Amino acid sequence: MPHTRRRQQHPGPLWRLLSSAGFRFAVLFAAMFLMAGLAFAAVLWWGTAGTLERQTDAAIRADAHALSDRWRDAGQPGLVGAIEERLAVDVEGQTLYRLQDAAGNRITGNLAALPPARPGNSDWYSLTLQHEDGQPGEGRLLVLDLSDGSKLAVGREVGEKQRLRALLTDGLYWAAGAALAFALIGAWLMRRALERRLAPASATAALIAGGDLSPRVPLSLHDDEFDRLGASMNTMLDRIAQLMDGVRGVSDAIAHDLRTPIARARNGLEEALLSGSDDPAELRGAIDRGIADLDNITRVFQAVLRIAEMEAGARRAAFAPFDLAQVLADAAELYGASAEARGQTLDTAWPEALPLTGDRDLLLQVLANLLDNAVKFSPPGSTISLTAVQEPDAVVVRVADEGPGLSVQDRARVGERFFRADTARTTPGSGLGLSLVRAVVQLHGGTLWFADAGGPPDRPGLAVLFRLPASAA
Amino acid sequence: MRILLVEDDAEVGRFVKKGLQEAGHNVEHATSGRDGLFMAAGESFDLLVLDRMLPGGVDGVRLVETLRGQGNHTPVLFLSALAGVDERVKGLKAGGDDYLVKPFAFAELLARVEALGRRPAVDTPATRLKVADLELDLLSRTVTRGGKKIDIQPREFRLLEHLMRHAGQVVTRTMLLEKVWDYHFDPQTNVIDVHVSRLRQKLDKGFDKPLIHTVRNAGYMIRGEP
Repeated sequence: MPHTRRRQQHPGPLWRLLSSAGFRFAVLFAAMFLMAGLAFAAVLWWGTAGTLERQTDAAIRADAHALSDRWRDAGQPGLVGAIEERLAVDVEGQTLYRLQDAAGNRITGNLAALPPARPGNSDWYSLTLQHEDGQPGEGRLLVLDLSDGSKLAVGREVGEKQRLRALLTDGLYWAAGAALAFALIGAWLMRRALERRLAPASATAALIAGGDLSPRVPLSLHDDEFDRLGASMNTMLDRIAQLMDGVRGVSDAIAHDLRTPIARARNGLEEALLSGSDDPAELRGAIDRGIADLDNITRVFQAVLRIAEMEAGARRAAFAPFDLAQVLADAAELYGASAEARGQTLDTAWPEALPLTGDRDLLLQVLANLLDNAVKFSPPGSTISLTAVQEPDAVVVRVADEGPGLSVQDRARVGERFFRADTARTTPGSGLGLSLVRAVVQLHGGTLWFADAGGPPDRPGLAVLFRLPASAA
Repeated sequence: MRILLVEDDAEVGRFVKKGLQEAGHNVEHATSGRDGLFMAAGESFDLLVLDRMLPGGVDGVRLVETLRGQGNHTPVLFLSALAGVDERVKGLKAGGDDYLVKPFAFAELLARVEALGRRPAVDTPATRLKVADLELDLLSRTVTRGGKKIDIQPREFRLLEHLMRHAGQVVTRTMLLEKVWDYHFDPQTNVIDVHVSRLRQKLDKGFDKPLIHTVRNAGYMIRGEP
């Protein structure tokens, strides 16, 4: 196939025109246009040339019947008189008559001979005439057999009608030619227009294929099909870029942030080995710490993977309708005990039922992370509140504490993986809790935001709020 | 218990087999799904421990489906590196009874193996559970110790019920979360410990013999004898 391939790589202008979708559309439209034209011409033909023909035939038939009636009433002499009278009145020479006896001899009329009998036994004849001035003409003739064996031929010269028909035919040919020319020009214009409108999209696609994910399809302001195509391409590219970022985030996390705990585990085990200690308790302690470090690494790893899984939207498979009020009650009951153990109070308030569609395990995880943070960062004796309110088409959940709060700068960064505010460095934790919260809330089509909990300036407390739409769309 | 372990990774297989044998179980080890299915269908086991991804054309899920299709209801514990929530659901839907994700602590595996292998028969619903002088009445939902009624909250009742149904067995924190609270999530901190210690205080108050014991690196166990 090298030949075809070469042709595809270096197409000539004609090949390019023929292979373009715009051209094919235009050809399709030209074909439809032509069909419409043909239908129009057929109607026109039927309406003009056809009608004339039928009128002529009707006139001939009426005339022929009138003459045969005359023959019946007045006999041959009456008929001959009538024919001669008609011929005398016809100054334009449009009428044709011939009456011949049974032997074929002309009795009267201006027609020299009858055309030869036709197969099919039809009474109608078309014949070519020779005028006195030498001009050829066309005629239409009806031949009736009279009961005494003689034949009556009645006809009309139809040369005028033939000329009209020729004019019509010519006109239609010209019109078809013009339509074809217009169709070709239209095809070329349409191809150009299509190419021009699609050029930005294909240029963008080419840039992206080249490895740069940042360009986007520029949109015109027409808001037409092309803009919609461009917009969906851009949405797709945004999503791909986001997923790529997610993957990069996971590999960054694995590359950097798991190194520290892995190094710690390794160092601890190595130290125990190198110390040459024979004390079984000491060795056992080192191994225990090593296992705890590995467990921690597994947990961080699991959390990173879960966040990535959710950012890819993969966990929606587990979505089902459930009552958030029940999950709130379970979370409050689970973490209320921890708060109580630290001398804190957990205040709760929510409506009786909060129907939602989502993943209840993940939402419990969200509440667990938030309550765990609240308990961790609030001093003993303080109050933590867990509340939820029903909005017309959403539920807003609020977890507030009386801890040190979060500066406005830090709020923007919270939710980045492994971010930990400086004030939190000394508290145990991986820095993944809020990333997971944000990922879950986004997976449910909700939004997450932070506010001051309204405490005194030195201890404003932090309120974490999220709104979940009633039906996760 | 007679346990069939189907695991293709030699090191994990050896480790699990050795651990279960040391815990007093009789372990057969198959390394491919085909061998595993052959053994599980041909012999009688108290429990199957299955890897999800197995060589030999028959993976763990297929193996369980085939067994269940033959009317074999031996309890199955999946042991898998496939950790996604869908994978877990897939495993349990196929007929698995429990699902443990690798890497795992052996104590967690052992606790789940014993819980599965000694599940109480379904058709003998107990109405009273008893451990030493502690009694739990499932009908009146009351708890008494040494004849003295102990005031207990509904969740604590369920927690105690679960521990008592597995008296003498280790119950891990994740098992409690799954069975008593019915959630699968990472609790971050020792929330379960707080609940157990609160329950423990209520039970042991005024008695000198503790009933709920902490098993190091594993979980909890309720038993009468120290």
